[in-house]
Amino acid sequence: MKSRVRIEAESICDGFVAEGAARFETDILLQAEVLLDLYGEDIRARAYVTTDPERGEMMLRPDFTVPVVQYHMAGDGLPASYTYFGEVFRKQEDHPDRRSEYMQVGYEEFGGANAAAADADVFGQFSDVLAPLGLRAATGDIGILIAMVRGLATTEDRRAALMRHIWRPARFTALVKRFAGLAPVPPSRAALLASEAPLQDAGVMIGLRSEREIETRIDALRADGAEPAMSAEMVDLITAVLSVSETCPNALEHLRDIAVDMPGLLPALDRFEARCEAMARRGVDVENLPFEASYGRTSMEYYDGFVFGFYSEARPDLPPVATGGRYDALTRRLGQGREIPAVGGVIRPDLVLDLGGLP
Amino acid sequence: MTVKLGVPSKGRLMEKTFDWFGARGVTLTRTGSEREYAGAVDGVDGVDLVLLSAGEIPRELAAGRIHLGVTGNDLIQEKLVQWDQKVEPLAPLGFGHANLIVAVPNCWVDVDTLDDLDGAAAAFRARHGFRMRIATKYHRLVRDYLRRGGVADYQLVDSQGATEGTVKNLTAEAIADITSTGETLRANHLKILNEPPILESQATLFRSRRAEVTDQERVNLRALIERLGL
Repeated sequence: MKSRVRIEAESICDGFVAEGAARFETDILLQAEVLLDLYGEDIRARAYVTTDPERGEMMLRPDFTVPVVQYHMAGDGLPASYTYFGEVFRKQEDHPDRRSEYMQVGYEEFGGANAAAADADVFGQFSDVLAPLGLRAATGDIGILIAMVRGLATTEDRRAALMRHIWRPARFTALVKRFAGLAPVPPSRAALLASEAPLQDAGVMIGLRSEREIETRIDALRADGAEPAMSAEMVDLITAVLSVSETCPNALEHLRDIAVDMPGLLPALDRFEARCEAMARRGVDVENLPFEASYGRTSMEYYDGFVFGFYSEARPDLPPVATGGRYDALTRRLGQGREIPAVGGVIRPDLVLDLGGLP
Repeated sequence: MTVKLGVPSKGRLMEKTFDWFGARGVTLTRTGSEREYAGAVDGVDGVDLVLLSAGEIPRELAAGRIHLGVTGNDLIQEKLVQWDQKVEPLAPLGFGHANLIVAVPNCWVDVDTLDDLDGAAAAFRARHGFRMRIATKYHRLVRDYLRRGGVADYQLVDSQGATEGTVKNLTAEAIADITSTGETLRANHLKILNEPPILESQATLFRSRRAEVTDQERVNLRALIERLGL
């Protein structure tokens, strides 16, 4: 089985090379620090972390994205595309029946000045490669959600809180409810805000978080408490955006209707429209391509624009056969000030074989 | 072969376990010298006593090397992935009560809920340049709880003992640990978040779902369980 997966992976990878991508190779054992800082504690639940007496915490490669971004950003910065294949390692605590070591084939485009064209090209290539399997495509656009939060008529603190939790839908909804005054204020918060000198009974100050930091947060909470509640109309608009789920042209039209009351969405919708046009030119059946505004919110924190996945309808028990998207923000985080437009995705050749393989 | 019953090898947990079985007509005793980990079972036939560290009992149950075992459900749930497919709780024993909780410094008057903890973590990371550290030995349970609670910008740091002291020693900003009376927390100027605990634990008798059982062992196991009134 493993050798057949490798042959399938190699053949998909060769296809990307034929389209002009350069082959990329990287280590299996990666420095954990950068990945932990980027993804947070949750990655420990998904990736294998081990320790090296000399090099500190190391991680078995959970994906290729970070190494390929680091590689590209260390280079000359000219636009480039890369393809790779190799094993990745993920703990499967919630699904012990799923593989914890499997192959990924990736394709990534860096530096494409025309984002719509680059998005369309990556999606088009994945769509072409996987066409024989008859998969269902899912698409979304985290950029629209970011634009929505950025454009909300509320305080900077509230926008920042919502922005942090775009990728945690339950928490995001809880915050919206609180800002709208729809969730009861916890009694301890009410007492804190009512207290004239909350730090008076604080007792011994211990720990690294200083008295000044506590005061700063209390001030922020007081300021937030004095803010008017977010209007019911605003909450309805947010809900409306998050629930958009139809074909791309209908989704665009629906979102344009919402944007009449939420003009902050417009630049992101123009990008969505440009992408749809670029996809149509690339030969993608955009008319029937599904779009879900909330797609990609739970699993893919570093994507900040177009997101996509390919699923087997015949085998709903399988994870997605391919996933990908735009991650400009990740290059900003890793690039120490520099930022390079980046979009790409991965295919799982083992699942391709499970579904009968490519001709 | 005999049915193997795993019991904590020392301390109050062992004594209370012996008492619980004794009250039901099954006498557990340590044999040999004071320091030798050997034991005997009287009152039922074909049962062997295996004295183990409470922390190892989950693993032994999951591996099927013991048929029954007494340990806390905190350890079972922390150490075993999909624990309910590996062991079956037969009876809570009514002692060893403890809650797994998140505690923060008393002086954090602005933090009382998980929502507050998340807000404080965001500000902390922005101010200090690293994620807020929470010291614990219950990594899986705590991570899962904080994820469900929507807390971001934290990291877990491993602490296998004296966890309550980590905040004062500046190796963590908050802790997640087992507490029964809360006295150690108070003594270390910590307070429990006003949220449902991560887990309510007590000493529990578990049956391994993985251990192989011969016909004779099945008869003996049934006799023991009947004797215990379960």
